[in-house]
Amino acid sequence: MNEFKRTPKPRVSELPIAAIIPEPGNSKYYSTGDWRSVRPVINKDKCTGCSLCWVYCPDTAVIKVEGGKYDVDLNYCKGCGICAEECPVKAITMVEEGED
Amino acid sequence: MECAAAAALAAKLAMVDVIAAYPITPQTHIAETLSEYVANGELDAEYINAESEHSAISACIGAAATGARVFTATCGQGLALMHELLPIAAGWRLPIVMVNTNRSLSPNLNIWGDQSDSMASRDCGWIQFFAENAQELFDLVIMAFRIAEDERVQLPVMVNAKGFYCTHVIEPLTIMDQEEVEKFLPPKKIPKYALNPDNPTTWGCVAFPDVQTEIRKQWDDALRNSIKVIREVFKEYGSLFGRNYDIIETYRMEDAEVGLLLMGYACGTCRVAVDALREKGEKVGMIKLRVFRPFPFDDLAAASKNLKAIGVFDEAISVGGVGGPLFGEVRSALYSLERRPKILGFIQGIGGRDIKVDDFIRAYYEIKSVLSGEKRIENDFMFLQVRE
Amino acid sequence: MAAYFKNLKEIPEEEYFIHGHRACAGCTEPIAVKLVLKAIGKDCIVVSPTGCLEVFSTPYPYTSWAVPWCHVAFENAGAVASGIEAALKVYKRKGKLPDKKVHVVVFAGDGGTIDIGLQSLSGALERGHDMLYVCLDNEAYMNTGIQRSGSTPYGAWTTTSAVGKVIPGKIQWKKDGAKIAAAHDIPYVATASVAYPLDLMNKARKGAEIDGPAYIQVLCPCVPGWRIRPEHSIKVARLAVQTGIYPLYEIENGSLTVTVKVPQRKNVEEYLRLQGRFGHLTEDMIKKIQSRVDMEAEKLGLGPRK
Repeated sequence: MNEFKRTPKPRVSELPIAAIIPEPGNSKYYSTGDWRSVRPVINKDKCTGCSLCWVYCPDTAVIKVEGGKYDVDLNYCKGCGICAEECPVKAITMVEEGED
Repeated sequence: MECAAAAALAAKLAMVDVIAAYPITPQTHIAETLSEYVANGELDAEYINAESEHSAISACIGAAATGARVFTATCGQGLALMHELLPIAAGWRLPIVMVNTNRSLSPNLNIWGDQSDSMASRDCGWIQFFAENAQELFDLVIMAFRIAEDERVQLPVMVNAKGFYCTHVIEPLTIMDQEEVEKFLPPKKIPKYALNPDNPTTWGCVAFPDVQTEIRKQWDDALRNSIKVIREVFKEYGSLFGRNYDIIETYRMEDAEVGLLLMGYACGTCRVAVDALREKGEKVGMIKLRVFRPFPFDDLAAASKNLKAIGVFDEAISVGGVGGPLFGEVRSALYSLERRPKILGFIQGIGGRDIKVDDFIRAYYEIKSVLSGEKRIENDFMFLQVRE
Repeated sequence: MAAYFKNLKEIPEEEYFIHGHRACAGCTEPIAVKLVLKAIGKDCIVVSPTGCLEVFSTPYPYTSWAVPWCHVAFENAGAVASGIEAALKVYKRKGKLPDKKVHVVVFAGDGGTIDIGLQSLSGALERGHDMLYVCLDNEAYMNTGIQRSGSTPYGAWTTTSAVGKVIPGKIQWKKDGAKIAAAHDIPYVATASVAYPLDLMNKARKGAEIDGPAYIQVLCPCVPGWRIRPEHSIKVARLAVQTGIYPLYEIENGSLTVTVKVPQRKNVEEYLRLQGRFGHLTEDMIKKIQSRVDMEAEKLGLGPRK
């Protein structure tokens, strides 16, 4: 489970040279999951494991789970709805946050 | 050897890895000589014929960020076109070396030498040297690589040389062979953080207001502290090759009451003027600044002790500003001296206009008449060579 | 057309464009970037000029790049990439770097490619540097708030090709970046769309493997800029191809092949009506667009309209 760190305010002495970011992919520490107002719910029975949702998700918020099916990583999902729109078997529904 | 060829030879002996340049008079002979070296296999480097100076410096930045030893040359409009990227090259702490063959900025189109181009970019965060002749140009370029690549510095260096006077003129030159240079300047090491898939780093991200100040300060500190390294390297070069350079060089200043302060090519003429004035019993000397950035506060204060007046000679003007750029900076730097000399500014040599011995002598007598109270110069600076 | 990736299951799982970036919900640029990087692998150095991608992927101190990446300025991606390529070349020759292939890749917007970045791109292509230049074409200067670029299509609303009583949006046609690149006689030019991921990935891999410059222009619909629903961004990218508005082809050593055949073209209206930026189009303007598309489609051998 990733830790979500707040943006640090570095001192001059703590800055890497030329303000380079030395750790690749550390955006994983920033959760974008709180952006959304709707979230996808994947019906595992309907899911055929075609992986289109995983291919298209702009936020790599679709992860492979057991049985070759897919589920959503709610830490990053922005609720865009591309997965629901593109699913060929309509296994994904967008549900309002706050509903269950 | 032609001064420009000397600069190119210095880059060759420094075994640069990548050259990216765009031709512009009077830098062209540097770009051309390097092209010949590479074409003949005398220099194993990648030569990028950039399609503009903006792209030339961009390619230098890309190559240097990947860890290569990089060289370029330009001047005038070309330097102005690079302006957007000069702070990036410096803020990214890239040890690029550039020869800037000082050329007048337009308007109007003028290919001859004055300092308006480098002055317009004086805040770009590069280390800046001013060379007086072919020998200095050659030596400063080689030392520039060593200083730039020092771990304590990691900053680009601009070596300025007056266009035509210090590019197309042929002068005697003492050079070293490749082996000797390599002992002083070993091949470049690739920094761990350079662009490399084995250690992915991100350069040039978006910095918000809460971090930009720290980024600027880190860079400013680095440029200021580089003066220590510059002094060290000058000393080492002197002991290895017998040519001793100082950050500030003085000529007949031991008992001087008036100092004539300037940078670059015109220093040669100034020495002749100083000698002529000394013959007449005037207590005058020359203060030559070799290093303009980082600004040599301490060296300048030491050279200015006990002076009644300093005449600062600029080959550029800060239009509508405090006078010549060097004049403005020297005045500001010496403001906190306990006993301030009278500081007056003189603008000459604009657009490559010939600077004569007589010009320095005239300026000296202007200084004298201001000191005696006979005359006042408005805003303390004047154009020395204008027909009004 | 070489198929390195024949079906979706062959897409590598390793991620090189990491989540947590600040792209809008439904933005298609991250999709293009992640697929291209999966096609190329980790041995690359990426350059991006100023634009949406650069800004949303690297807000200090976070970076979404798991490969080396740099951003210098707006108009010089081609030149920076040239410098990187030259440094890699000379260092491999001098034995200072191992002799493995490191791809130099540019991800640039349409602004940074064919408007302000055109000179730098042209120089890089003419000099023949070994690089893959991917233009993420969202058809306007999106990052600064949806201003028109040379790549904005005819009739589109943007904030600087405003729609009013006198002028109905952008009155010029779209500047063809792919044809400009092809005019430089480079070994590989292609167009792609995020709605055809395998086509995109195969082209990216091919372009990277080819020795010399390769240019790929990817249509990337923009949610706020095109005024589309976020869930429609892929659908719109697909319709662009199916209407013949954005034909997908490759040009290899001067000869053009259409890689996604369109046996029966949809009417352009199907594509246009999903986008608010075309909401003001008159019948006349739509006819103009349709006949222009018909003309281009015939040249390319795309199918007739339904």
